[in-house]
Amino acid sequence: MPGAIYAEGLVKTFGDVKALDGVDLDVPEGTVLGLLGPNGAGKTTAVRCLTTLLRPDSGKLLVAGLDVLKQPNEVRRSIGLSGQFAAVDEYLTGRENLQMVGQLYQMKAKAAKVRADELLDQFNLADAADRTAKTYSGGMRRRLDLAAALVVSPPVMFMDEPTTGLDPRNRQMLWEVIKQLVAGGTTLLLTTQYLEEADHLAHDIAVVDHGRVIARGTSDQLKARTGGERVEVVVHERDHIPIASALLDKYSLRGFGKGDTAVEEHTRKITTPVSGGAKLLAEIIRELDTQGIEIDDIGLRRPTLDDVFLSLTGHLAEEKDEENGTGATPDTKDRKHKKEAAK
Amino acid sequence: MSAVTDAAPIAAPSSALGQSVHDSLVVAKRNLIRMSRIPEMVIFGLIQPIMFVVLFTYVFGGSMQIGGSTSATDYKNFLMAGIFAQTVTFATASSGAGIADDMHKGLIDRFRSLPMARGAVLTGRTLADLVQTALTLLVLAIVALLVGWRVGSDGSTNAGKVLGAFGLLLLLGYAFTWIGALIGLTVRTPEAATSGGLIWLFPVTFISNAFVDTSHMTPWLRHIAEWNPFSATVQACRVLFANPGQSPSDAWPMVHPVWASLIYSLLIILIFRTLAVRKYRSATA
Repeated sequence: MPGAIYAEGLVKTFGDVKALDGVDLDVPEGTVLGLLGPNGAGKTTAVRCLTTLLRPDSGKLLVAGLDVLKQPNEVRRSIGLSGQFAAVDEYLTGRENLQMVGQLYQMKAKAAKVRADELLDQFNLADAADRTAKTYSGGMRRRLDLAAALVVSPPVMFMDEPTTGLDPRNRQMLWEVIKQLVAGGTTLLLTTQYLEEADHLAHDIAVVDHGRVIARGTSDQLKARTGGERVEVVVHERDHIPIASALLDKYSLRGFGKGDTAVEEHTRKITTPVSGGAKLLAEIIRELDTQGIEIDDIGLRRPTLDDVFLSLTGHLAEEKDEENGTGATPDTKDRKHKKEAAK
Repeated sequence: MSAVTDAAPIAAPSSALGQSVHDSLVVAKRNLIRMSRIPEMVIFGLIQPIMFVVLFTYVFGGSMQIGGSTSATDYKNFLMAGIFAQTVTFATASSGAGIADDMHKGLIDRFRSLPMARGAVLTGRTLADLVQTALTLLVLAIVALLVGWRVGSDGSTNAGKVLGAFGLLLLLGYAFTWIGALIGLTVRTPEAATSGGLIWLFPVTFISNAFVDTSHMTPWLRHIAEWNPFSATVQACRVLFANPGQSPSDAWPMVHPVWASLIYSLLIILIFRTLAVRKYRSATA
């Protein structure tokens, strides 16, 4: 039986560009799927198709057991969508925004107001309830947007890059909210460019690139696919790099990427894929010591999802500069959006 | 977390029409709240037509001929129906800009993901614009009376006819906001919607009987002016206000201006509402 969110052979073309090129997804009820990929990979397009905003060229789509193409309005009653940027009316107060959304879900005005107050409390916005959203900080707006998606406590939620552009504190706060939500039984599809976020929140991860799912599995499975652990050594003297890397190469395990020992000259960092864990690490330290090589740092590192992404796609998932900025203004987001559509 | 546990499944609405009216009113209320929080927009919307009344009355008034008369008072009485009609059409720009702004900010996405009546977002917007248009007309009528405009200056009229004329003006304004809605959904940025909503209004409102007597135009231009939907409402207002300068033309809309005005406005609503709602359903920010 298909899960609460199900897509089969999803294709969407913009002009002659395939934004989605045969995507299959299956999210069991009560679980979180992280859709991970860089800008323009097709994540937003997939969410827009699943939430009835965009009509796909072909494919079978089921949400909460309903056919998205045949019963769009029934689907809309079962989903909540929190978009890439906070879609709240900035000239309305927090309370007015939530009350309006409640009424548009066909709640009575009074019930919508009660619900709005509940949500404002839960999302720590009670003090700002009667201020216009214009005066809210980025994090507050994002919380209000998420609250708006939860007005009717929908069984299926879609969040398109919920924490993009937020500072670490606000991101942490939103993660907590999302975790509580999922603990309550909500099925969630979450898109993100942050590998850490997918690692943290998602049961399953689907890695998307150029409109295709190029890998899927749990975070551990994906990491295992990339290869095992690695030893990282930072030597004190630049001159010691050749000896140290020759030494490490002995322990190198062919199979990680190109299977070679990697050297970063300017940071004096040498990395080698290994298997053998802490015992091996101790051995390497002893050997380095015997040879008289002074080290600044040494450690055993498990692959991150960054490594997974790099090894799967041959490019990094994100450009740090772009993401760490305050990229939350409508303009930059809009551009991002268009880029995605154009891709 | 109770956001999840107190889930109340939402029932399907009992009637499609009831839902449509309800949703439209919710959205209209939202837009009216917005307008009340951006009073400068309402005020600028008022200043411009008032300026037109004053400029046309005092700058053009002395040198325009209406039905052979060069009296400034005749021109004033002739002019107001034209200014009123032009003013209501300018609501096109504000409705277009509002909808483009909602698209731009992602609100249209939010609305489209809700189980709402299909046309409600647009109907709500046009209804809110109608309220603003009514307010503008009221202020404009007062200013017109202050500069000396009088109904019944060229025959007899009554309160019912005068109210009927304002009704036709509001209907015309409402029809034009649907054109604005379609423009707003098409251009995507509020700036483009404002200019895109205004530019074409100049030929539409000037190639007409609004400010000059059409009988002095070259024949082909006169035909356009006399069949211009906008002219029908202007002529209807002059007839109902009993103001001078009614086109003596035998073009059908000039002979039956009240009917022509009604038919034109309803036709515009029908066509542009259909197009705009269809566009809305596939709108992408």
